[in-house]
Amino acid sequence: MTSPLEQKKIKVTGPVVVTANRTGDGAVIYRHAEGWTTNLAHAAVVSDGAGAQALMAHAAADDLGAVGAYIAPVKLLPGGHVRPGNLRELIRLGGPTIRLPVAAAKVLERDPA
Amino acid sequence: MYVYDAFDRTLVNERVAEFRDQVARRLSGELSEEEFKPLRLMNGVYLQLHAYMLRTAIPYGTLSSEQMRMLAHVARKYDRGYGHFTTRQNIQYHWIKLAELPDAMADLASVGMHGMQTSGNCVRNITTDQWAGVAPDEIDDPRIFAELIRQHVTLHPEFSFMPRKFKIAVGTSAHDRAALRIHDLALQMHRNAAGELGFEVMVGGGLGRTPFLAQTIKPFLDRRDVLSYVEAVLRTYNQFGRRDNIYKARIKILVHELGAEAFAREVDAEWAAIKDGALAIDDDVVADIAGRFIYPRYEKLPDNPDAFAKARKADRAFDAWVGNSVANHKVPGYAIVTLSLKPEGETPGDATAVQMDAIADLADRYSFSEIRVGHEQNLVLPHVAQHDLPELWRALEPLGLALPNVNLVSDIISCPGLDYCSLANARSIPIAQEISRRFANLDLQRDLGRLHINISGCINACGHHHVGHIGILGVEKNGEEFYQITLGGKADEHAALGDLIGPAVPYAQVADVVEDIASAYLELRSRPDELFIDTLKRTGIEPFRERVYATR
Amino acid sequence: MPLVENGKIVEDRYVRLGADDAIPDRVPVIVPAARFLAEADALIGRDGSLGVLWPNNKRIAELKPWLGHLALIALEFPKFRDGRAYSQARLLREQYGFRGTLRATGDVLRDQFSFLVRAGFDSFDVKKPADAAAFAKSVSRYSVHYQGSADGSLPALRRRLQNAATPRTGEKTGETA
Repeated sequence: MTSPLEQKKIKVTGPVVVTANRTGDGAVIYRHAEGWTTNLAHAAVVSDGAGAQALMAHAAADDLGAVGAYIAPVKLLPGGHVRPGNLRELIRLGGPTIRLPVAAAKVLERDPA
Repeated sequence: MYVYDAFDRTLVNERVAEFRDQVARRLSGELSEEEFKPLRLMNGVYLQLHAYMLRTAIPYGTLSSEQMRMLAHVARKYDRGYGHFTTRQNIQYHWIKLAELPDAMADLASVGMHGMQTSGNCVRNITTDQWAGVAPDEIDDPRIFAELIRQHVTLHPEFSFMPRKFKIAVGTSAHDRAALRIHDLALQMHRNAAGELGFEVMVGGGLGRTPFLAQTIKPFLDRRDVLSYVEAVLRTYNQFGRRDNIYKARIKILVHELGAEAFAREVDAEWAAIKDGALAIDDDVVADIAGRFIYPRYEKLPDNPDAFAKARKADRAFDAWVGNSVANHKVPGYAIVTLSLKPEGETPGDATAVQMDAIADLADRYSFSEIRVGHEQNLVLPHVAQHDLPELWRALEPLGLALPNVNLVSDIISCPGLDYCSLANARSIPIAQEISRRFANLDLQRDLGRLHINISGCINACGHHHVGHIGILGVEKNGEEFYQITLGGKADEHAALGDLIGPAVPYAQVADVVEDIASAYLELRSRPDELFIDTLKRTGIEPFRERVYATR
Repeated sequence: MPLVENGKIVEDRYVRLGADDAIPDRVPVIVPAARFLAEADALIGRDGSLGVLWPNNKRIAELKPWLGHLALIALEFPKFRDGRAYSQARLLREQYGFRGTLRATGDVLRDQFSFLVRAGFDSFDVKKPADAAAFAKSVSRYSVHYQGSADGSLPALRRRLQNAATPRTGEKTGETA
């Protein structure tokens, strides 16, 4: 999970997507042929350098819609399901791995010790 | 605390208007992200893993109850109902939408709050000791000087595009509670032989990839010269700090490469030209700023009043809390109360909007409407009458703010880490949570005594791991989270960087390692009241290293 | 790159010369620093205003001996985030007493105008036409500043004390919170 902000040379050794954050609200988005989606299942998946390059070029050109586009690994499961390819991407898609404080507080309210 | 006047309010309002325009130009495409990024950073707006993050400044960690209520409001209206208090006495919101930011900032501005210069290559929040103004051992209130400098460096035309960020801390107590030596510039107040007030000036501290402790370049700077000297330091840094490599751009590198003496000579040469100019601080200026700090009208109260003493005897839990979280105040009959934001199994430094509102109410009732934020990510009510302590405690307990673990092993300092932060290599919060669960037993914690754990999710060291008694640094190895463990760091007046004990350990073993270290300490200490940090100094790191790696 | 002076877009009277260009007579010229230092006497003796383009990684103090002969000094912002020229500008204005034209060149964008003016620049080689057109509006975005300016206006600290000593009617105090 070395921060992609430090990526200098991008090597495509497996299936990847292009991901970024939506400009208006910072939501996690994935590139597909026509634009962006928050649904990883609809993202364009490529497995070669040329494909990744092309996706990145279009993504980076959309400076208005997306911020900080980069190439991220995915795993392709049987049945064609696409899953994030490392912990960082899992967290980006699924949210923090910890219980948020408000959830904890709600538990306290329901079951005061 | 400092009360804004018309100048201050106008500036903040105009800043909001400017940012509103900048956001509009960004969303319309007129500004590219490359052009917008430094502008949003100068308002404390980061882009993180899931959303934008807003860092709101809490100047020198002082907050009014009105401001705390606004922080709660922002958490509820624009975020997910909570905020995170940071190691620089600021607050962060993790779920902010860019399009809503101007409104959030306008709300904050209505109580004199902002995110100005909480990011970017400018002077950041100037921090002090969270007991400023009330600590028995302080010479003078450091916040007056912090405010003087804060105003001077805010939207400063010359120092808004420096090589890198610049962090300043001000201290006035013999015991350093502000971690001065890890700052780019630190000012420690002293009285000289003639009894005059002045500052020791230290530069070049900073953690991260190349950690350094600040070096003294001027043992005694007259109070009159503080602004001109700070200006000279900043001008020297702005001109000669490296701009070719982001990892070598802090002033610590410049001081290291030139040598402290050569650096000091450069500063002195510049200072000589400006010290008698408009920046000379005369008593009028100090009095003006000090005059806009509101101090409580303390009552004349006895120390250790009867009802309080009786309550301590009657209730073990209350007594334990007093022994842990309540400190002596410079005014008789009063106390400094620390509110632990480190409940078992939760995120260190987080507070919900509900808690923030409740704290505001308690501050109104018991602390002259004032609250402090410490760099160790706890809060403080600085002006509590001792006779109010029993009632206050009874109010804090159900809010989860009275765990008597301050300065103990579960009082962990942690950055947000990979759960939130786009710079991180590994998670930090779950590590903190697991450690706090392992050591939940308060008797065990009290037996271990003062033991500071600092956790950072990457080398940027926002968790200050280098200066933890036990420092934990998350790294990535082959796609897995590993953690380097250091021992012997100190953040106080005996500041020191920790030493690595051995190869990084995997995520699942970190809490075990901390337990091993704690067990080793219990066996090695020469007496029950020998602190961990002192045992370590006496025995050296080897016995701890052996213990940890015996089975790994 | 539109040039802004006195709040308006203006024609540039100056000719920018390279290292080897012939120097025209009686025309204001801007000469790169290395050439200036090598040919200072000839350039100063010439009939016509003289300007120098000074890099931001060279000590501005080296120009001190010639300030009286320079009508213009152009300082550089290779990227707008590289703020070294702000220090050079303030030194020129506030310590060396330079009174000629101080021009900001390079990556000069709208959101830096206020800083540039307060650092002492009075001529702006603006990167984007839209920014040049918005100069007057951008510069007046802030009505209060904590610091004194190169134009001699007082720091807020001093203004407050002034106000306290001699209360003035009609003083703009801005909105109340």
